[in-house]
Amino acid sequence: MKTSLGLLLAALVAAGFLSGCGEREQVVVYKQGKYQGKPDSKPWDNEPGSALYTTSKWSRGDKTGWETALRARNQSQNEYTRAE
Amino acid sequence: MARMKFLCDAERCIECNGCVTACKQENEVPWGVNRRRVVTLNDGVPGERSISVACMHCSDAPCMAVCPVDCFYRTDEGVVLHDKDLCIGCGYCFYACPFGAPQFPQAGAFGLRGKMDKCTFCAGGPEKDNSKEEYAKYGSNRLAQGKLPACAEMCSTKALLGGDSDIISDIYRQRVLKRGKGSEVWGWGTAYGKPDNPQARPPQGAKS
Repeated sequence: MKTSLGLLLAALVAAGFLSGCGEREQVVVYKQGKYQGKPDSKPWDNEPGSALYTTSKWSRGDKTGWETALRARNQSQNEYTRAE
Repeated sequence: MARMKFLCDAERCIECNGCVTACKQENEVPWGVNRRRVVTLNDGVPGERSISVACMHCSDAPCMAVCPVDCFYRTDEGVVLHDKDLCIGCGYCFYACPFGAPQFPQAGAFGLRGKMDKCTFCAGGPEKDNSKEEYAKYGSNRLAQGKLPACAEMCSTKALLGGDSDIISDIYRQRVLKRGKGSEVWGWGTAYGKPDNPQARPPQGAKS
């Protein structure tokens, strides 16, 4: 009886240690303002133009507008198009 | 929009450290913490190259996998961020990172480590966007201002490209075709290569 109880306890402890070896899936899940439990907001959900020297314009919550602004900014890294 | 990535063109980097300075200035990074640095490969040997290195915001980030308190998260834009309120400064992420990105400020006597600090792709952290609290903990949130990381935008030779991976790889492709050499991108295979976990799925709703 004592031996089986000891074995059961050892198995439980081993299972506990093994659970630490698992790897979580790194899939982006955004729910109720949280990424995998960590709070954060989307970059297009803030007040555009509230910061100093902001040149990009989009309306709050407008993802496409934000993407367009960022794409234009991205293209300014391409001096082939800038020089032409 | 595709995911955000960094790309450093070793053929163009002139080791001016403009990216390092831009990062330090933009985010008011404390002494002893270098979110970005310039590394010279084969220093002194003919044909030496320099590259600018920081957190690459890996597709299958090893720091996220090893963090014992699970303080990391990835945003829809593919930026790997962390919550300093959860970080215990254990340093596991530093050992796991292939780029040496996680940095630890000295928090007191006897070499005590503070909470981890790393490049945020100028995307701030969990606090309210562009708030004082966010700036104090994580630095500037340029993405929320419709801007790209300061290091990439300040690069004088445009060796360091940052932003939407589709666009920056197009820019790089065009360059390589024009000059006819230097198509190797340092660190891309390590950061954005095939994930170790074949079951890993791309973020929902992403276009590429």
